[in-house]
Amino acid sequence: MVQPLGVLVCVKRVPDITEEVVLSEDGQSVDGRRSGFTMSAHEECAVELAVQMVGAGGGEATALTIGDAEAVEQLRNALAVGCTAATHVVGEPFAFGPADVAREVAAVVRDHEAAGRAHDLVLLGNDAADTGDFQVGIRLAYELGRPVVNGAHTVTVEDSSEGAVVVAVGEGPDGQETYRVPLPAVVTIREGGVEPRYPSVPGRLKAKKIPIEERQPVSEPRGPGRVRMVLPPPTPSAVQILGEGPEAAPAVVDVLEKLGVLTPGKVAP
Amino acid sequence: MILTLVETDLDGAATEVSLEAVSFARDISAAGNGVPVDAVVFGDVSEDLRAELSAYGVRTVHRVGGDDVAAYSGAGWASAILTVRDAAGSVVIMAAGTDRGNELMAHVAARSGASMAANVLSFSGLTPFVVTRQVVGGAAMEEMNLHQRPAVFTVAGHAVEAKPADVSGAGELVEHTPTIAPEDLVARVVSTAEPEADESGDLTSAKVVVGAGRGVGGADKFGDVVELTELLGAALGVSRVVTSAGWRPHHEQVGQTGSRISPDLYVPCGISGAIQHWAGCSSAKTILAINSDAEAPMVTRATYAVIGDLHEIVPAINAEIRKRGYGA
Repeated sequence: MVQPLGVLVCVKRVPDITEEVVLSEDGQSVDGRRSGFTMSAHEECAVELAVQMVGAGGGEATALTIGDAEAVEQLRNALAVGCTAATHVVGEPFAFGPADVAREVAAVVRDHEAAGRAHDLVLLGNDAADTGDFQVGIRLAYELGRPVVNGAHTVTVEDSSEGAVVVAVGEGPDGQETYRVPLPAVVTIREGGVEPRYPSVPGRLKAKKIPIEERQPVSEPRGPGRVRMVLPPPTPSAVQILGEGPEAAPAVVDVLEKLGVLTPGKVAP
Repeated sequence: MILTLVETDLDGAATEVSLEAVSFARDISAAGNGVPVDAVVFGDVSEDLRAELSAYGVRTVHRVGGDDVAAYSGAGWASAILTVRDAAGSVVIMAAGTDRGNELMAHVAARSGASMAANVLSFSGLTPFVVTRQVVGGAAMEEMNLHQRPAVFTVAGHAVEAKPADVSGAGELVEHTPTIAPEDLVARVVSTAEPEADESGDLTSAKVVVGAGRGVGGADKFGDVVELTELLGAALGVSRVVTSAGWRPHHEQVGQTGSRISPDLYVPCGISGAIQHWAGCSSAKTILAINSDAEAPMVTRATYAVIGDLHEIVPAINAEIRKRGYGA
């Protein structure tokens, strides 16, 4: 039986963009006021994994975010699906670069540990849906001096003769790759291994009663090196409509012939 | 020196995106008084690979081998890349914006106290070195200052064309067998399983991809689309709606949180073209969309489109392909 586990899962409030990106006037961030906000898909899976692991072996699943006052929404959502505690580092998220975020998360891990709350496993998304930096989890591992597995879709914790190990599985260039890493460790998650659960009404009610630890950043962020964000110039549609309905099939196959993607069949027509 | 990680496929050939990264490195070199471009390769370097990299203008091919790097480890391989950097003195370390490329450059940057820019499209000037990179899955861009040395970044797929240099490089092969610190080998791949055989084929390298989205309508309604996939000798890719609904497995997903494809032809059937999906398919050379909504973003961005019910159109296309005597 696996010992009760302390899992910290890091989430980021990001604009819920499906159609059109709107930038803030200063070009420093994506304006999500029209689209609404969510957490990155990879992180929804990380939360699910944290909740499953703690549900199976006992322990604590703590959700952590760095963000403005509204980012509490993402922490409440994590609590509503089964996280047992939450920490909010209050700050303007776009002022933090990946190294800043890693430093802040590491500070939370150390402070909690000093207070007797070990985070044996830290889960993060592989990359944020908005800034797409692909590096916070790896930088965090160096801050903490821990091993890191990047881009896993499935994570379990097992007991072994050497103590508790995390078994993380992800897709590599040559097939599915398995890592076995002793705790404490950092793992970044990609969508695809688990189906995130939806919060239930009792879950939401329970989440409201859990106090959220609020703290200030431990250091002034150095920033992401961002000059500005820009939108690609709009490209006018140049689509050629081949037709409507099944009658368009010959025109489609004409195009396929022109593109040279058809190969002669084994059976003559 | 500009050090570029070159990834190889199972046959030991350089991947297309790695050759793009080398081409990008040459552009920096050209802007910077001909700073040499070197490549770093893990595993075997065949004479064909060495000659190809030479044709791409590479001065030195650093081949990293030995027991410590035989299995992949992010920290271990990054440590090896920095060993090469220390020996050759590079000011830029870069890779293609693949999962591995982004992971390794993040390790390299963290270890050397530098910034790292993921998925760079272009650069403007060397002092300061400002890059433009993809954010929000490619729906927006960010200009970022990469003034620290080494400058560490990855190149977004198809940001530049892979093309051989006007003047070949020496392509000298230099062997490195670094000893990796034990702590950098803790998180290493202990086993690799063959990918499952299914309709997705090798999505990321497929020349033709047939896409299927919400418009298909259910897990049991993929027959026509799968048949078209087979007739075209294509790979099947699906939208996030399809995998979230459990109609198809996640590894067939094309999009920001799935695979990024770059086929010569993409045939999205019943896919509206939300940003999440567009992030994964925008590199397709030609798009032939089949959709009931003529105003859908996928249709307006496509090269060709057919408007109507895919369950009527796709069987008619399949029949027409057969009628003309085609079909892989």
